[in-house]
Amino acid sequence: MRPLDENETTVVFEKIFKFVGNNLKNIVENPSHEGPEQDPGRYCFRLHKNRVYYVSESLVKRATNISRKSLVSLGTCIGKYTHAGGFHLTIMSLSVLAANAKHKVWLKPTSEMSFLYGNHVLKGGLGRITDSIVPGDGVVVFSMSDVPLGFGVAAKSTQDCRKLDPNGIVVLHQADIGEYLRDEDEL
Amino acid sequence: MAAGALTRNKKKGAKSQTPPLSKRTKSNITPPPKKAAKSHKPPLKKQRKVISEEKPEVSTDEEEKEEEEVSEQSDELGSDFFSDGDGEEKEEDDDSEEEDKEPLADDFLDGSEDEEGTLGSDSDSDGSDLEKESKAIDEERKREERDAKDELQMNIKEQPDEFRLPTKKELEEEASGPPDLPTLQTRIKEIVRVLSNFKDLRPEGVKRKEFVEQLKADLASYYGYNEFLIGTLVEMFPPVELMELIEAFEKQRPTSIRTNTLKTRRRDLADVLLNRGVNLDPLSKWSKVGLVVYDSQVPIGATPEYLAGFYMLQSASSFLPVMALAPRENERVVDMAAAPGGKTTYVASLMKNTGIIYANEMKVPRLKSLTANLHRMGVTNTIVCNFDGRELPKVFGQNSVDRVLLDAPCSGTGVISKDESVKTSKSANDIRKVSDLQKQLILAAIDLVDAESKTGGYIVYSTCSIMIPENEAVIDYALKKRDVKLVPCGLDFGQAGFTRYRENRFHPSLDKTRRFYPHVHNMDGFFVAKLKKMSNETKASGNELVETKEQAQLSSDDDDDSIEELKKPSGASGKPKQDIKVDKSKRRIPISEPNYKGNENKNASVEGPRKQKKKRSQWKAEIAQAREDKRKVMRKNTKESGRR
Repeated sequence: MRPLDENETTVVFEKIFKFVGNNLKNIVENPSHEGPEQDPGRYCFRLHKNRVYYVSESLVKRATNISRKSLVSLGTCIGKYTHAGGFHLTIMSLSVLAANAKHKVWLKPTSEMSFLYGNHVLKGGLGRITDSIVPGDGVVVFSMSDVPLGFGVAAKSTQDCRKLDPNGIVVLHQADIGEYLRDEDEL
Repeated sequence: MAAGALTRNKKKGAKSQTPPLSKRTKSNITPPPKKAAKSHKPPLKKQRKVISEEKPEVSTDEEEKEEEEVSEQSDELGSDFFSDGDGEEKEEDDDSEEEDKEPLADDFLDGSEDEEGTLGSDSDSDGSDLEKESKAIDEERKREERDAKDELQMNIKEQPDEFRLPTKKELEEEASGPPDLPTLQTRIKEIVRVLSNFKDLRPEGVKRKEFVEQLKADLASYYGYNEFLIGTLVEMFPPVELMELIEAFEKQRPTSIRTNTLKTRRRDLADVLLNRGVNLDPLSKWSKVGLVVYDSQVPIGATPEYLAGFYMLQSASSFLPVMALAPRENERVVDMAAAPGGKTTYVASLMKNTGIIYANEMKVPRLKSLTANLHRMGVTNTIVCNFDGRELPKVFGQNSVDRVLLDAPCSGTGVISKDESVKTSKSANDIRKVSDLQKQLILAAIDLVDAESKTGGYIVYSTCSIMIPENEAVIDYALKKRDVKLVPCGLDFGQAGFTRYRENRFHPSLDKTRRFYPHVHNMDGFFVAKLKKMSNETKASGNELVETKEQAQLSSDDDDDSIEELKKPSGASGKPKQDIKVDKSKRRIPISEPNYKGNENKNASVEGPRKQKKKRSQWKAEIAQAREDKRKVMRKNTKESGRR
């Protein structure tokens, strides 16, 4: 386990920035409440076995004595590096993203299940959508009861969405909570 | 004369045997399920006559049937009728009874044609007839008596057939073909009935052991257990309870879920799930987060709420060790066998994501599900690691955490309803191996905990097994080996653990542990024990080389000494610690003194342990003495420095 170096940090932050925008500051500087001390400090990012974890400092301190082979996970895993060197956010980062998301989409109850199966979000399933979405933005997908379901990339801007036909793709699927059942091994 | 029970099992008594008919009461009429001979009621001559005459014939008259006991089909009719008749008779005296019966007698007379001469006309007969009649009556009476006796014999013989054990030949016949399930079932029921009241119901000359053996064999083949397991169960439970337990193992326990209080509340979750078409209820009054699911239109493990981490599928018995552990916020907790993560996530939600949890799991394939569950439920204060539980004290350091939860790997005999293969796959060897592992794990767990912790110092040990060697024996072992004591679990609705069992005698405080059974509590078989660590020192025994911090700090000389001289007297239950503690306190370098709680100044008892070492040869004792003196000197020096 080691802290991220410059390049890695940039990459990770860029990805997160797409979803949360300026709230990135919140994420990085959030005072944490974990750890047995009274003032556990803040959160930090650590790299371990090609996965990036978002943990509070006190946890990190305590995990240092666990050998690399035996350490499996700490805090929240937010993403992993692919063989090719790219970085993807995984579904496990949903709670972090959802709390700070700038662009949100709400799905109708009928199309929740479809999204949870890994399909893209279609115009017909759209309940609400925040304004000022630009294509290529990260979007967090919620259900109508404000339960975060996953996230993806916007395919169209908000304006264009209005003009779209009901089968048009609005959000390209990247991750959803159905993966906990479908792709357990990938996580 | 036997009582005149009309039928085998009917409550009708016979007409009472007591001559005064008026005394005949219902109580007389409700006999034990033995057949009775016909009673003889002198006054009811006519009746008897009638009955006796009719007896050989198959008549449809109810009264006769009542008396006759031969025809089985009419039993019910007979008994009913007889009760009515009894009711009447009770209140009336002989004559009137006679009169009551007489109309019936008349009916009999009318109905049958084979009656012997003298019927219903006693009053009309003259002297010679009377003589004849009385002779005939006497003969009839004798015949009745004989027949009644014979019947009684026959009936008594029939009854023991119900719980007569099958002979070898019959057993061989059975073994040659596929097991005949209905026969087995009735035989099992009968044997249980006999065993539950063996004193009264046993047939002559048959030992209890034979019944038990036969029961074991039948249960094993009917329910599919192997010999070892069924033998252990038979030893643990009385026959009736054993049947309840085995029946309970055949059925599934209700599915239950646990609300994730980090994300939602039970009421809200229940509402949402009800909307989805899930039929549920709060689990029980001892849990505020549990819900039991009766049935569901959607798969309960795949709802969006499940995927969002609002609840966890978890059996009710798994709530118990975490409730016993009762972790507080900002504590350090270790879960030594955490996968798949139900208990760990519960601990985290009780701690509200504060503090730190180390979730350890030895088996690599199970780590994925553990991590996934942790992330799904939104737990952020956890470090997941992959160690053998026994190594954890080395990794985390001794005396470093506040609480430890050890849900030990076990034989799984309490969850037979989930996994039927346990019935056949466990042998005495398996139990022994797994209990050895559990003993090592519990010692490691105890070593992890810091006795000085302000808010904690607790270890909870739990298994999903009902076997004594895995439960009480392990706790007893821990009590002997470490300075811990049992405290109440906080679960007041379980059964207390065994303090003695067959040849074992455990520490009396073991009644604070709790056992749960499927047939009593409707949850999986489970065992929970909560230990409090009193101090950080350990009691090493001569049998094991316990590498504690203190011992590691000793010089090698001291090590040899302590190993040699600390031969724990076997058999002492929990009390050798005094002697041995004294030993260690003398032998140890006082670096570890601050950990002791009041055993410091027992210089006088240095002599005691040495006297106990009957096996020590003289020269070793001398060497020990020399070392003692050396150590005393050292101790004095370091005491001064340590106490600054």
